[in-house]
Amino acid sequence: MQIIINGNKDTIDGAPTILELLATKNVESPDMVSVELNGVILKRSELGSVTLTENDSIEFLYFMGGGSVQ
Amino acid sequence: MNLDDEQIERYSRNIILKEVGGKGQERLLASRVIIIGAGGLGSPAALYLAAAGVGTIGLVDGDAVDLSNLQRQIIHFTGDVGIRKTESAKKKIELLNPDVRVNTYHDIVTSNNIREIIRDYDFVVDGTDNFPAKFLINDACVMAGKPFSHAGILRFYGQTITVLPHESACFRCLFLGPPPPGSVPSCREAGILGAVAGIFGTIQALEALKHILGTGGLLADRLLTVDALTMSFREIKVKKNPRCPVCGDTPAITSLVDYEQKACDLKL
Repeated sequence: MQIIINGNKDTIDGAPTILELLATKNVESPDMVSVELNGVILKRSELGSVTLTENDSIEFLYFMGGGSVQ
Repeated sequence: MNLDDEQIERYSRNIILKEVGGKGQERLLASRVIIIGAGGLGSPAALYLAAAGVGTIGLVDGDAVDLSNLQRQIIHFTGDVGIRKTESAKKKIELLNPDVRVNTYHDIVTSNNIREIIRDYDFVVDGTDNFPAKFLINDACVMAGKPFSHAGILRFYGQTITVLPHESACFRCLFLGPPPPGSVPSCREAGILGAVAGIFGTIQALEALKHILGTGGLLADRLLTVDALTMSFREIKVKKNPRCPVCGDTPAITSLVDYEQKACDLKL
């Protein structure tokens, strides 16, 4: 099915959970991302239970530090 | 406040902008911005805010200048190695623009001191590099109703968002809590080009200036992400999260939290 990942159209097989999608997309650790599905930020505990459906729009938001040890 | 002749000349390229003008310049000179972290983000932010004539700049940093800081922390020079970052930055700001009053806080922000530190400022620039500080700054600013600019950088990537507490999405609306210690490298461990930090510190300064001037559109409810390696800019629309633990409908966090491990404290 067609979904949109970080603004780009993508085709995926089956109806994976978010956690499964993260693994497919080589996101090393789900701890490193926050996931927005159709505009809603998911809790980490939901990543393994929420499954993708046609035309879903998903954003992986990455944790980024940087700057100064203030 | 009336601008004197020297100020009219110094700020002529600001004043000529219809979005600034003489009134806007006076507003900038009367404004107060605090920068937490005088490093890769805080250096360009401080220099641009000082140059623009922000009348009072607060600098918070508990560290001393290290030789390895100089490739990105452009407010510090070779001769400053070993001295407090706050003092080094203050010295440069005063040389750049004697109109600016600089308040220094040689300290790290904690749940005990942050309220007091940010209290008298109009806008907060988060130039820190670790998640405990970023969440603390977010929560303190949301609770105090202080607008602030968040930015995070890693290698060639970075992202930034401006938070208008209770109006727009806060950092915790997007990132509910810090990642487990060690799962995300900080720049001490991961590397960063100074110019990448410069992009973001400059955006942060600009957001502070626009907020003070009340002009343009702030980067609120929009997370700007940049891949500087391919020079791709992308904007992710975000919104206030009703389940946000700090600004949501039923906030679980009602007092400030000091998370234990700082990413940058991890010794490799």
